[in-house]
Amino acid sequence: MKIMVNGREVEVAGGMDLGRFINSGKVNPERVILVLNDGVVKSDRWTQTILSEGDRVELVSFVGGG
Amino acid sequence: MEDNFILGGKEFTSRFFLGTGKFGSKEAMRQAIRSSGSQLVTVALRRIDLEESQENILSFIPEGTTVMVNTSGARNAKEAVRIARIAREAGYGDWVKIEVINDSRYLLPDNQETIKATQMLAAEGFTVLPYMHPDLYVAKALVEAGAAAVMPLGSLIGSNQGLKMRTLIEVIIEEIDEVPIVVDAGIGRPSHAAEAMEIGADAVLANTAVAVAQDPVLMARAFARGVEAGRMAYIARLGKERATASASSPLTGFLYDE
Repeated sequence: MKIMVNGREVEVAGGMDLGRFINSGKVNPERVILVLNDGVVKSDRWTQTILSEGDRVELVSFVGGG
Repeated sequence: MEDNFILGGKEFTSRFFLGTGKFGSKEAMRQAIRSSGSQLVTVALRRIDLEESQENILSFIPEGTTVMVNTSGARNAKEAVRIARIAREAGYGDWVKIEVINDSRYLLPDNQETIKATQMLAAEGFTVLPYMHPDLYVAKALVEAGAAAVMPLGSLIGSNQGLKMRTLIEVIIEEIDEVPIVVDAGIGRPSHAAEAMEIGADAVLANTAVAVAQDPVLMARAFARGVEAGRMAYIARLGKERATASASSPLTGFLYDE
């Protein structure tokens, strides 16, 4: 199925949960904030959260700024 | 001299706030925060690069420092509100610097959208510090909207031009008593920071001038001293400017030859 990750279309396996999805990439789970559609999903909820077709995932983190 | 001030319900002993952008390394940033004595720093929220694993900037910010997320990148109130909510939901507190910018050449804040975002976020319990173009009516509207401080720009972001907006900032300082006035943006030298404090600003926020200095750690300290010097001068009351000279030494008892 297709989901949007940081504005780009990504193909993931059906039934994929957020925990597996994060661990499949190079993303450091300790520094990432995960926004699914419009709400933040905290890391202790990742494995229980199953992705659906068309979901919008934003992976963000704090950076230097003025 | 005890001269603490209250902002957003917190007591601060330092009146110098530091942005964390543009530092050559996170370690330099950490040391600059320490040497500045700053108790409030700003950070931004960005999409991560999925191909690159980076360090967490928050782990380089000294413990006890208040971290305020800015809404940079937001082009309207709605986007600013979204950034603030994400930061809070992620567990990083409720201090937010509103920065709504549409124009990429001058990076001037959109005052109307800034008022809207301030209203929405203050109503949700955020401690809101809006970055604004210095306009008295807008400053009043921001106070009315629930801002914890008003942050007029000294000059264009990152321009190092100092207090180009001085007269308009003085008007805001004179007229707004309800919340602290923090001069933000364009402060390029410790003397600019001192000048902002001399005219009665409650605090100064700087970033570029410190971060891009050859020695950012030393520059951070220089800015902190500038802020302190200006604050002391403000409290001590500066003398009036005059068009003609006024002798410092007595004008009697001269040692003339005759």
